Amino acid sequence: MKAAKGLVFKYGDNVDTDVIIPARYLNSSDPAELAAHCMEDIDKEFITKVHKGDIIVATKNFGCGSSREHAPIAIKAAGVSCVIAETFARIFYRNAINIGLPIVECPEAAKAIEAGDEVEVNFDTGVITDLTKNTTYQGQAFPEFMQKIIAAEGLVNYINQK
Amino acid sequence: MGMTMTQKILAAHAGLDKVEAGQLIEADLDLVLGNDITSPVAIKEMEKMNTEGVFDKDKIALVPDHFVPNKDIKSAEHCKCVREFARKNEITNYFEVGQMGIEHALLPEKGLTVAGDVIIGADSHTCTYGALGAFSTGVGSTDMAAGMATGKAWFKVPSAIRFNLVGKPDKWVSGKDVILHIIGMIGVDGALYKSMEFTGSGIANLTMDDRFTIANMAIEAGGKNGIFPVDELAIAYMKEHSTREYKIYEADEDAVYDEEYTIDLSTLRPTVAFPHLPENTKTIDEIKEDIPIDQVVIGSCTNGRLDDLRIAAKVLAGRHVAEGMRCIVIPATQAIYLQAMEEGLLKTFIEAGAIVSTPTCGPCLGGYMGILAEGERCVSTTNRNFVGRMGHVDSEIYLASPAVAAASAVTGKISCPCQLD
Repeated sequence: MKAAKGLVFKYGDNVDTDVIIPARYLNSSDPAELAAHCMEDIDKEFITKVHKGDIIVATKNFGCGSSREHAPIAIKAAGVSCVIAETFARIFYRNAINIGLPIVECPEAAKAIEAGDEVEVNFDTGVITDLTKNTTYQGQAFPEFMQKIIAAEGLVNYINQK
Repeated sequence: MGMTMTQKILAAHAGLDKVEAGQLIEADLDLVLGNDITSPVAIKEMEKMNTEGVFDKDKIALVPDHFVPNKDIKSAEHCKCVREFARKNEITNYFEVGQMGIEHALLPEKGLTVAGDVIIGADSHTCTYGALGAFSTGVGSTDMAAGMATGKAWFKVPSAIRFNLVGKPDKWVSGKDVILHIIGMIGVDGALYKSMEFTGSGIANLTMDDRFTIANMAIEAGGKNGIFPVDELAIAYMKEHSTREYKIYEADEDAVYDEEYTIDLSTLRPTVAFPHLPENTKTIDEIKEDIPIDQVVIGSCTNGRLDDLRIAAKVLAGRHVAEGMRCIVIPATQAIYLQAMEEGLLKTFIEAGAIVSTPTCGPCLGGYMGILAEGERCVSTTNRNFVGRMGHVDSEIYLASPAVAAASAVTGKISCPCQLD
């Protein structure tokens, strides 16, 4: 699986799916339209500043709240290549894997990495490298079947390929 | 080492004698649920699958309830997509406007959820059916699509936290206060990935509606599910509402729990969760300052059931909402609406200056039917008070019971019914 590399957007605890994609936009399920409002209620500048490949880093319980798959869809469609957090809410975790958005749990990296750092994530080994600070962290490596789901761009393609 | 109640249900549905926490299993599903927000995404995903339709047209429930009656053209298109899918696949349990209700109040009422079931729903509050002794959990749209196509889902078997409930709650203390107290105690990620298993003699003092409210908000502590033992009250509820066979599972004596808490219900007080997390709880006695409010919402999958409306009506009877207050009452299903009408509750609400809406999730998720402007405050019986959840990012939501919500509507500030006389 290809490594992720990009600049970091940093957030705190309990980033909920309502701020990732507010419900007022859920009358659409178009990824590009959802991406246009991604993180709007927590960081108005996110969508104007994010570049393809960038990485979101947050602390505890990222993606808590609603089960809306629109949340990881919006993040992925905005160009984000990976989300690193201390912990993820369980429905968000499932949804991210199912739609092919790589996510890594790593408390040490989530605490230490700062906004604007350049970070690389190797999904085969789970190693996270902060290129700005020249530090590395051992995140949780994906089991093989999860790597395959992500490589296939989601569960549906993976099932069809089998 | 024994199994928890949740683990036993999962083992039986995976065809295994035994499972343990952390084990990955594939389980058969008794019901797959979706609404008007999540189903269109699932339907699109399912269309991409090489499949010949749904696994069982009787084991799928489609309930347009979030932006229904259609709030705008885009919502109408979503509902049309769900309606057409339901027709094409001859889905038995599709609920159109007129039959629909808020999904988690509707499905138990229609007898579609019983003890021993494994249920997934593309809505985070699917955990509600644990009140009847079912394993039920929220998933996303892709899992819903895979569930509709195959009748199966994979799970990581959860460990559990046990909440031993004892004692009898005081007047004006309800299921909402119990679960807000628990979330305040363990935090919004206190039960992350885990089952919340409720046990103890105090459960006998909780109505079914109290239990639905408690199980409903397990997700607000990060829980995978919340579950109650099946007692006479739960059996009577299922017999009244369902023709399906239920199966009772009990935790083993030597089941292992990550943590155990004992909660004496008689010591609980009306509890309010302050912005912007359900864990920011204070009892009514701890709120020293006046907190003026602009709107009250009484409804949702958490607190839109008959008990909730009866309590609110009891508080509002012979009283009037404060000047400038908008009080919005939303019965959760058509049956609840009708019963509330027959009991005269709707008359009480309207005479008190409240409005009564058709069933909808509406304001709970900031959809419509009660959106907040900048700087406005709402006391709501709903389940989340995140930033911007009910409208403007600079509005505030205070989560509370129907009793506190109704009393607050009367005084115009956060209040307990005990403070009204």
